[in-house]
Amino acid sequence: MPIINYVTHDGNQFEADVDVGKTVMEGATENMIDGILAECGGACSCATCHCYVDEKWGQITGTADGIEKEMLEVVNEPKETSRLSCQMTVTDEMDGLVVHLPESQY
Amino acid sequence: MSEVCVIIGASHAAAQLSASLRTEGWEGEILVIGDEAYLPYHRPPLSKTFLSGEKTIEQIQIRPAAFYEKQNIQFKLNTRVEAIDREKKSLTLNTGETIQYSKLALCTGSRPRILPLEGSQLPGVHYLRAASDIEGIQSNIASGKKAVIVGGGYIGLETAAVLRTLGLEVTILEMMDRVLQRVTAPEISAFYHRIHTEEGVTIKTGTAIKAIEGNGKVESVILDDQSRLEADLVIIGAGIVPNVELAEKAGLEVDNGILVNELATTSDSDIVAAGDCTNFPNPLFNKRMRLESVPNAMEQSRSAAASICGKEKVYAAQPWFWSDQYDMKLQIAGLSEGYEQVVIRGDYEQGRSFVAWYLKAGKVLAADCVNRGKEFMTAKKLIQSGVTVDASKLADDAIDPKELLQ
Repeated sequence: MPIINYVTHDGNQFEADVDVGKTVMEGATENMIDGILAECGGACSCATCHCYVDEKWGQITGTADGIEKEMLEVVNEPKETSRLSCQMTVTDEMDGLVVHLPESQY
Repeated sequence: MSEVCVIIGASHAAAQLSASLRTEGWEGEILVIGDEAYLPYHRPPLSKTFLSGEKTIEQIQIRPAAFYEKQNIQFKLNTRVEAIDREKKSLTLNTGETIQYSKLALCTGSRPRILPLEGSQLPGVHYLRAASDIEGIQSNIASGKKAVIVGGGYIGLETAAVLRTLGLEVTILEMMDRVLQRVTAPEISAFYHRIHTEEGVTIKTGTAIKAIEGNGKVESVILDDQSRLEADLVIIGAGIVPNVELAEKAGLEVDNGILVNELATTSDSDIVAAGDCTNFPNPLFNKRMRLESVPNAMEQSRSAAASICGKEKVYAAQPWFWSDQYDMKLQIAGLSEGYEQVVIRGDYEQGRSFVAWYLKAGKVLAADCVNRGKEFMTAKKLIQSGVTVDASKLADDAIDPKELLQ
């Protein structure tokens, strides 16, 4: 089972085993990791599961497009590496993935 | 004896409340009692990807069973609470069993408004609220069948979109002069009317259903002008009513929802309530409201969990909603009630991507955004900040929404 690393804005790191096929967002909410709200439950509708993909992993997770990309332009502190974690489905290749969580989702 | 927090209801609010109790430091037992067969699942996909068959019940579960086991959150499913005895702090279940609580959370949600229609007991007549309702509908859908949807609200429109995509012949009956009349401006109603018509759905506004007829199952519906429509299935989406009866019987204050304060506490300090079933004061609006939405259930549950743990977390959130139909995502920020002006950005008369901004005294109250993620996020911020905006800039598609925030 891939391990996903969630790093909070103040530097705490949480490791979670996340099943292939789950999303990076679900990996966070199922492991009580604060910092991901996911108000819409993964419908790509709220942008409250914003995270930054560690630069080394960008190629594997891919980049945002469509409405995800549009919403990401107006989140707090958008960066090139911004993604909505509900739009990243975990694969075996993502074992070890590091995502950084923003200070606030609003 | 260890303290027990019992949560009545097992949907969005209960899922969040139970998890938040652990985050807030509740060390006692947590028992969730729900009358459905399933662990809490996402309801919005019911009228979308669950109805279409793209997702299974396991795939729409809010959290997996393993999560609740790990957090030591117990469930009693297929079980109803019949009564609350606040003096004895006990609950009577439909099984006859009695359960003690230290703290109680009412997450009883809402139920579909039942239309007292002749023939509504016939097989083939469905309401749409729970997974079991969808399972009933699914057993009855096949390409070419005729579906009549009673009610042109969001549930009715979303259901129409899925059934049409699956190849059914779909007719929507709406009593009012336009679809979505209760919740949106005429421009949005006109937009969705056009889209559904383009997709091949028949919409009859200003039309009420009088009766449902059939021999052993639904065969037709009779309209108020006495005309008859053939139907293989009828789906009724006539709004929801909050489940307040249990609270009312227990002597809690109820008025269009269970009355709670901004900390989600009821008139009994050992009882909180969250979600569709509550009527709460929203400090951002200086008034009480009852909302029917998932974000409301989740956010209010965080406050309720904090209250149970003796902390204060005021619930003061901007309401927002969403609806997926065909290739369109509608995102609604804020509440448009009381607006003075609607400003449109984009082409709602021919296109499938536009924004309706609702203004009052030069400020944005709300925005309906169709396939406009950037404007939706911008609207949330404009509503939150309460700044005065230039309506001509809101309307001008050449201006990047981000500029509106500067």
